[in-house]
Amino acid sequence: MTMQKEEIKLPNEIIEYIEKNSNKKGFEIMILHKIQEIYGYVPRKIAMELSRKLNIPLAKIYGIITFYHIFKLNKPGKYRISVCMGTACYLKGGEDILGEIENILGIGVNSTTEDGIFSIEIVRCIGCCGIAPAIVINNKVYGNLKKDQLIEILSEYTKIEGKEIKND
Amino acid sequence: MTKLKYEELKNMRDLIKKSNKNEILVSMGTCGIAAGGDRIYEILKKEISERDLEDIITVKKTGCLGLCFCEPNLIIKIQGLPEVGYGYLNEDIVYKIITEHIMKKTIIDDYVIFLPTIDLFAKNNKNEFENDIKYIFVWEPDKKKNIYNTFIKKITNKNLQEKIKIYSTKYIGMSNKNPIIKILPENIIYSNFTEHQIENIIETHFIKKTIINEFLLFSDNPNIKIREHNKQYNQIRVVLKNSGYIDPENVNDYINRDGYMALEKVLLNMTPEAVIEEIKKSGLRGRGGAGFPTGIKWEITKNTDSDIKYIVCNADEGDPGAYMDRSILEGDPYSVIEGMTICAYAVGARNGYIYVRAEYPLAIKRLEMAINKAKELGLLGENILGTNFSFDIEIRLGAGAFVCGEETALIASIEGKRGMPKPRPPFPSKEGLWGKPTVINNVETWANIPIIINKGYEWFSSIGTEQSKGTKVFALTGKVKNPGLIEVAMGTTLKEIIYNIGGGIFNNKRFKAAQSGGPSGGVISEDFIDYPIEYESLQKIGSMMGSGGLIVMDEDDCMVDVAKFYLQFTVDESCGKCAPCRIGGKQLLEILKSISSGKAEENDIERLKRISLAMNKASLCGLGQSSPNPVISTLKYFEYEYIEHIRDRKCKTGKCKELIIYEINPDKCIGCGACALRCPVTAISGEKRKPHVIDQLKCVKCGECYNTCKFGAINKN
Amino acid sequence: MTEKEKNKIKILINKKEIEVDENLTILDAAKHARIKIPTLCKHEDLHATGACGICVVKVEGMKKLVRSCTTPIQENMSIITHDAELHEVRKNVIELILSNHPNECLTCLRNGSCELQRFAEEFGIREKFFKPLIVEKSKDLSTKAIVVDAKKCIKCGRCVDVCQKIQEVWALEFINRGFDMRIAPAGDILLSDSPCIKCGQCSAHCPVGALIEYEETDKVWNALRDENLYPVVQIAPAVRVAFGESFGLLPGTITTKKIYALLRKLGFKAVFDTNFGADVTIMEEATEFYERYQLNRNKLPLITSCCPSWVDYLEKYYPELIEHFSTVKSPHQITGVLTKTYFAQKNNIDPGKIFMVSIMPCTAKKYEISRTDEMFASGFQDVDVSLTTRELVRMAYSGGIDFERLEEEEPDEILGNYSGAGTIFGTTGGVMEAALRTAYYLFTGKNLEKIELNEIRGLDGIKKANIKVDSKEIKVCIAHGIGNIKKVLDEIKESKTKKVKPPYDFIEVMACPGGCVAGGGQPYQISDKLRIQRSNGIYNDDKQQQVRFSHENPMVKKLYEEFLGKPLSKKSHQLLHTKYKPRPIYYK
Repeated sequence: MTMQKEEIKLPNEIIEYIEKNSNKKGFEIMILHKIQEIYGYVPRKIAMELSRKLNIPLAKIYGIITFYHIFKLNKPGKYRISVCMGTACYLKGGEDILGEIENILGIGVNSTTEDGIFSIEIVRCIGCCGIAPAIVINNKVYGNLKKDQLIEILSEYTKIEGKEIKND
Repeated sequence: MTKLKYEELKNMRDLIKKSNKNEILVSMGTCGIAAGGDRIYEILKKEISERDLEDIITVKKTGCLGLCFCEPNLIIKIQGLPEVGYGYLNEDIVYKIITEHIMKKTIIDDYVIFLPTIDLFAKNNKNEFENDIKYIFVWEPDKKKNIYNTFIKKITNKNLQEKIKIYSTKYIGMSNKNPIIKILPENIIYSNFTEHQIENIIETHFIKKTIINEFLLFSDNPNIKIREHNKQYNQIRVVLKNSGYIDPENVNDYINRDGYMALEKVLLNMTPEAVIEEIKKSGLRGRGGAGFPTGIKWEITKNTDSDIKYIVCNADEGDPGAYMDRSILEGDPYSVIEGMTICAYAVGARNGYIYVRAEYPLAIKRLEMAINKAKELGLLGENILGTNFSFDIEIRLGAGAFVCGEETALIASIEGKRGMPKPRPPFPSKEGLWGKPTVINNVETWANIPIIINKGYEWFSSIGTEQSKGTKVFALTGKVKNPGLIEVAMGTTLKEIIYNIGGGIFNNKRFKAAQSGGPSGGVISEDFIDYPIEYESLQKIGSMMGSGGLIVMDEDDCMVDVAKFYLQFTVDESCGKCAPCRIGGKQLLEILKSISSGKAEENDIERLKRISLAMNKASLCGLGQSSPNPVISTLKYFEYEYIEHIRDRKCKTGKCKELIIYEINPDKCIGCGACALRCPVTAISGEKRKPHVIDQLKCVKCGECYNTCKFGAINKN
Repeated sequence: MTEKEKNKIKILINKKEIEVDENLTILDAAKHARIKIPTLCKHEDLHATGACGICVVKVEGMKKLVRSCTTPIQENMSIITHDAELHEVRKNVIELILSNHPNECLTCLRNGSCELQRFAEEFGIREKFFKPLIVEKSKDLSTKAIVVDAKKCIKCGRCVDVCQKIQEVWALEFINRGFDMRIAPAGDILLSDSPCIKCGQCSAHCPVGALIEYEETDKVWNALRDENLYPVVQIAPAVRVAFGESFGLLPGTITTKKIYALLRKLGFKAVFDTNFGADVTIMEEATEFYERYQLNRNKLPLITSCCPSWVDYLEKYYPELIEHFSTVKSPHQITGVLTKTYFAQKNNIDPGKIFMVSIMPCTAKKYEISRTDEMFASGFQDVDVSLTTRELVRMAYSGGIDFERLEEEEPDEILGNYSGAGTIFGTTGGVMEAALRTAYYLFTGKNLEKIELNEIRGLDGIKKANIKVDSKEIKVCIAHGIGNIKKVLDEIKESKTKKVKPPYDFIEVMACPGGCVAGGGQPYQISDKLRIQRSNGIYNDDKQQQVRFSHENPMVKKLYEEFLGKPLSKKSHQLLHTKYKPRPIYYK
């Protein structure tokens, strides 16, 4: 598979990962996890390169990416807010928590704030039902949430970024 | 460390067992960390180092204690004091633990908690206690602490305060509507006594040294008989035996609690046939949901002719409201690895995979560490324990697809494809991963294996019921007082679980239904609250065991809303391959949405039934076939609620927001205008100081007015 | 399947005992008992996926219904294929599928040939009990050959299977999941930006109207009524043995002369035959092979290039092998260019007014007619419109033609006469056989004694033979279905990297399994049985021809004498040859 307008290289980290695991069958999903770990999503050009490197059809890669909800085709926010909608969180007001976050940030699910700082997504049960309702921001879990705590939690992150939450 | 030969493992175990150290185990599963466990751990580490206590006590991380409601929590073992836990921790308590519990050897009142069960490894620690001091821990529902105070008074009166210490505790390992006391070191639990009988307890138990059968709820002394009726208060930790007791990142801790003894036994003394026979006789059935006999599964794979065979651990726990597998992986990863290794030996496999949700980073990390350590020690890899048996395990990550919990979809996913199920037969035991015979079991099933081998099938099959043997771990959540991870013998009733273990319904509301089996299961109504929980009985009443999510719902939960929640889940998670599930699920959801928003027609119930039939009979995989269960079961037991929604456009619980009507009571409204100001859609109008009105056409039922009004002038119907 | 001995086992179907081959699925076993179990996803050519859920049956001893398409039979298995309960389940499933399918039957290309429509009729579905759940999605017309109408897709997976497993093109894949799942190229781009090679196998297997040919009958009708135009038509070899199926004739029935008559009735002023062009292709290609063999061995193997899907595939996936391509145009392009030059000059017709229509078994020909500048060699677009066999069927019906009773007619001079070699172009192995008949003559000066080369006929995916030509052995290979072709190409690539003699001298490739007889534009219901029947028809047509060598076709001889000179002449190169270039697999 040769013809491509622009040749771009896969980062070394990914090439090394692929080569280290070259004896493992069916490793595509693991490689995509790695790509997403680096980019936060799976850029099309990288997917094309991967298709060439592994000699598997691009369509297969897209079949996988769009099947598994963890993989993203678009760049997410620097801080990914995952609102848990497992049963326990749902029964204990997960929807209200989501609504409040949407309210504060002025964006909906699966979208990113204009400044690229936050994005919101829904996740299915993060296994913290004992402290429902819960959300995860990047890898940090916040449990036993109440609506009025959210602005404070989100401000922690905006402060790091030297910004303020616009609340109207 | 070099690879262990069989005798070396034995010696290592003996050495570890001898060096019984003082330790603090901080519960640090995912939710423990989220609740602040990491902070507690850091403080302990720092303080203990700064105060030069490192030689006296070691701080360790452990997995989930199962007591989610009192997190962060920990267990502390120190010579001279009974082993206790502390819960509801904060920084102050942590300092107190150091200064009082560790340094002064005094137990801190009020924050003590106990793990809920019989510890299979509990030794009689009597000798370690100072002289013959007795400890009484008191739990009582009443905040006035009458029982506690009476005990203190009586003990002081008798001048026994140096011999008998009294403490109040927040959780004593079980729940009752009456006070409970736990007496250590003999580990006796009494309940169902009154204040006036305390004198009697002191006299009989402590002075006459006689057990009071009348009050006895629990004892781990096999010579003491407990009334059958009272056994219901007990959980029995078979699978969770180590969770919370060991540092999951430390193989020594695992070995200390008989880890790898089963593998040792199998490799040296048992033929593959004998292993399979043992598992078959134990009656163990798959804990992932369907309950297929594990031994038979193994046997099919063993008897299928193939040069390559695989072992797979299904750790793609995806049921909303279930986290048993995560806790096991985080708390006791070696038990899963050991179970898989034993199976590999029995069926003749060389490679294994653990397919784990990517959403469980801590479980993944601990599994990776455990696998690497096991390889290092020669407990995995080439020539395990110096024998010619070799087995290797690789971790594969899920990527956010619930359907991959279905075994054929899981196989597709490990193979690097879209996780779409395939019709069965052929079953994976004959034609699985890359077309080769494959044993797939879930985490909890694997974790059962070592202990069955260690303790023998007779011991295992003595727990549980005729058809369902052993224990089941449940993630008990929803509207119960003490949500958490529990483990009970098969056949325990829902009532026992909710009231004796879960502490009853939150805020003392009325129980309405429980949901088991996740989106594949159904609701269990109050009529069946005394039904034993086992595979067959649950199926009979339209639910299923599932992997162990148990969600309790009270009078405030609307059954249409619950069915809608599960269908939303199923629709999001359907793989889309087969038409009945793909379209049927969406149709069900749309109808449920219209029912909960008052737009349904009477015909819709007929539609729900016909779609459910098509899905149940013609869907490709178990998930599709069972996904209408939440609808079928709620319709079966709560059809009147559906009719109420459809005909009267009413939702009594108020959960279906679109059916709520907010109205202003003109007699109570003083016309302050506060509600009108808060209303996001300017649906409220009125002159100042005169009763306002809500324009029903504009109202979006957000409830802001209701929450704002200080005069109770807004009616919510 | 030609296993010598197959074990028979006994099973009970609907309480009747039958004996069938073991290793069958319930669905196939039932077929043997002449019991038809309905299914919307299983296609004989393809793997069973179990997607539709309609073929469920009851098996004694099993709690759940099973899918007959994937469940293997077992000795003494007792199966119920039809009863009231199964009817109810199937009907509910069909109704669910209908609720997700637009109510556009009247304007759908598959109206009357739609498999879903047929079930709706058979199961007596007279109302839409479930509320419609249609996802709007506009049609993808970008290739001007294949139309993707995703809204109508029932997600049976046949197109994906044929595109990935048989053709190994991977233009189509399922994207997303659950209710949002649909077929699309990687990244949801236009089909024309994807690796699609326009073979149309997806459309030949689609049970509904989700994948169809780019319909151009209106363009042709418009041309036919435009008095300024001079409409000319040609028919491809494979059309003549399949066309009759749509009029109740047996597959393989040769209807060439009726089709000529039909085309005249529709208003074409000259009716030509692509087979003539095929004879010309052979003249050029056999000479090309002869020359390369003698003078330019490093450009061997020579690979045939008359299949446009195949050309597209090689340009995208194996551009390094372009030099091995025969530069000769395909027969219909040759007929096209000769119509607008040779024929126009001889009859003094303004080539600008000639409107050339080709009737093809193929969807990719729609793409080929404007593929490169060389397709305009006459100074105009050499072929103006290419219709599929199915489109011509529709024109015949709407043209009010009683096909059965049509009197046979002859084609028009000078591009109508053909040899038996020209006609076998329509089936796998045919181009090679035709070329070898002439190449043999070029090498030896004699004609083959045994004209029919049985060793390169039939449906095996890859056929190899060594053909004795005097003292030489010409190693040939025939592959059809892109999946098979890949294996052959990889062998060539390997020999090139290793700098060893390639394993073949001459390779014939057709993209569609079975060749053009089973092309993407042919009448529906394709199966291996049908492929054989049609291809037998083609070979019968060959037998019936007096002239069976391209180089003996008198009109071809005349063409060279009067117009081209000799094969590979300068003029030939100008008009009859083309160029190839590497193309990206993805344009986006």
